[in-house]
Amino acid sequence: METLDQIFVLAKHWLVARVPEPLAWLATILLSIGPLITVFASCFAITTIVERKALGRIQNRFGPNRVGPFGLLQPLADGLKMLIKEDLVPAQADKVVHLLAPFALVVPAWLTFSVLPFGRNMTVIDLDAGLLFFFAVGASSELAVFMAGWSSRNKYALMGAMRGIAQMISYEVPLVLSTVAVVMSVGSLSLPSIVEAQSAYVFGMPTWHVFTPWGLSGFILFLIAGAAEANRAPFDLPEAESEIIAGYLTEYSGFKYALFFMGEYLGLFAITGMGITLFLGGWTAPVSFLATTPSWFWFFAKFGAIIALFIWVRGTVPRLRMDQLMKFAWKFLVPLTLVNLVVAAFWHFSGTWQFPGAIFARWLLGAGFIGGAYVTLGRALHTNQFPPRVYAYAE
Amino acid sequence: MPTLPDLLFYALAGFTLLFGFLCVANPFSRNPVTSAMFLVLTIISMAGLFVLLQAFFLAAVQVLVYAGAVMVLFLFVIMLLDIKEEERRRLNKAALGIGGVAVLAIAGLLVRALVQATPLASAAGQRAEGSTKPLGRLLFTEYLLPFEILSVLLLVAMVGVILLSKKEMK
Repeated sequence: METLDQIFVLAKHWLVARVPEPLAWLATILLSIGPLITVFASCFAITTIVERKALGRIQNRFGPNRVGPFGLLQPLADGLKMLIKEDLVPAQADKVVHLLAPFALVVPAWLTFSVLPFGRNMTVIDLDAGLLFFFAVGASSELAVFMAGWSSRNKYALMGAMRGIAQMISYEVPLVLSTVAVVMSVGSLSLPSIVEAQSAYVFGMPTWHVFTPWGLSGFILFLIAGAAEANRAPFDLPEAESEIIAGYLTEYSGFKYALFFMGEYLGLFAITGMGITLFLGGWTAPVSFLATTPSWFWFFAKFGAIIALFIWVRGTVPRLRMDQLMKFAWKFLVPLTLVNLVVAAFWHFSGTWQFPGAIFARWLLGAGFIGGAYVTLGRALHTNQFPPRVYAYAE
Repeated sequence: MPTLPDLLFYALAGFTLLFGFLCVANPFSRNPVTSAMFLVLTIISMAGLFVLLQAFFLAAVQVLVYAGAVMVLFLFVIMLLDIKEEERRRLNKAALGIGGVAVLAIAGLLVRALVQATPLASAAGQRAEGSTKPLGRLLFTEYLLPFEILSVLLLVAMVGVILLSKKEMK
């Protein structure tokens, strides 16, 4: 079991030992990056077909079923089509920026995976400020969106970029604030140590952060803000096809479009991996008697479950309006994340309570505080009547 | 024989200066967006310099705050205002004179600071803080007052913007 758990680490060491000494550093780097790219590129291919199938079922149709058995080879066909499609660049476009934009999205998206722990001892780089690195690199996707929208010289592309940037900046605030609660309670920005902090078991049950009042609400807030950050439905306004064609992707075709598409899914995977690491105990097993099973298996099991949740949400929740989107971020999510921070502090300091039933009291108080804030905010923001209409040019 | 960090330092410093120059005086393009993009590259090169100093936290914050948030807001404003390519203006002699004086004053300050600075060898003992904890401890103990004053400054700016941009209530 120990060997199975560490099989990828051992395989890497075995391979590095076979390489001549002067080239060992190169082999180490390549053997860290290569599997990462292979695994998540395959995840991308699998997710596209699963998503199209699942959306088809939700919408009462079959989904792709022509290529290969049950349509399983659809990603291959898509990839081939993207490769041989003509690459169109608008005559007026800023050629250099137009070309650089997809790379500015995909390269940082890959970089974010370098700090995520995929299993025991399976982190590419254990940075001291790993969480901060993750968000710093992820922030450059806003720049890529801007570059794409601005360089295309297309109204719809520019509008999509404006929407995208406004949305990403707004939702970055609740996204980061919801992770601060975890940093506060663990006392470290390093992701492997955040996983370590959740690896204990109490009565055979895991001590994941999601099993605390602040962790549960933080996880939900993180998923909502993360979906918005990854431009995922119901927050896919930057590329709302029924309003602004394809947003900032309008003038992209062929492989550049495929790169953008991949960059968005990689962003989603990164957010998912981060959510698992922060709240769902990373690579730890859900029950103690399964703790000897391979750690990487649990990471990818949770990964698949969260991705399935995102697909489900995409298939069932309608898209928001722009003003709703902004109000939801600033008036609802940000205050709730701030309340969540207070609850996390309360949970941390009430850990010394000794009287019997203390855990229930802590749960009740914490959950009551968050729930109270949720209800109060919802009531306060709910206006049942529309303002009187003003017909500016008709009176 | 210069070591790899030395070479990286000179490369990054060169990039910082080059991109900084291209940001303010690009001979090929007068477009404000191009300038903003070069500013992003300048900031990223500076983050590289922080990494060379083992200050990973500062490097990440540099990229997160400046290249991420601040630059995107710049670009947002440029996009909203639809600024056209800037025309070349004739040089104003008075402005040139004042600018020259300012440049000389800053250069003098820098030279003075360089002369008075302790040599690198003696400063090697207290290397730039890479880990997050000492930085936080310093910010909230020794440098608490400057830190709080800076926050108040930002708050003042925010209140000012809201006051300026808010339409008058009838």
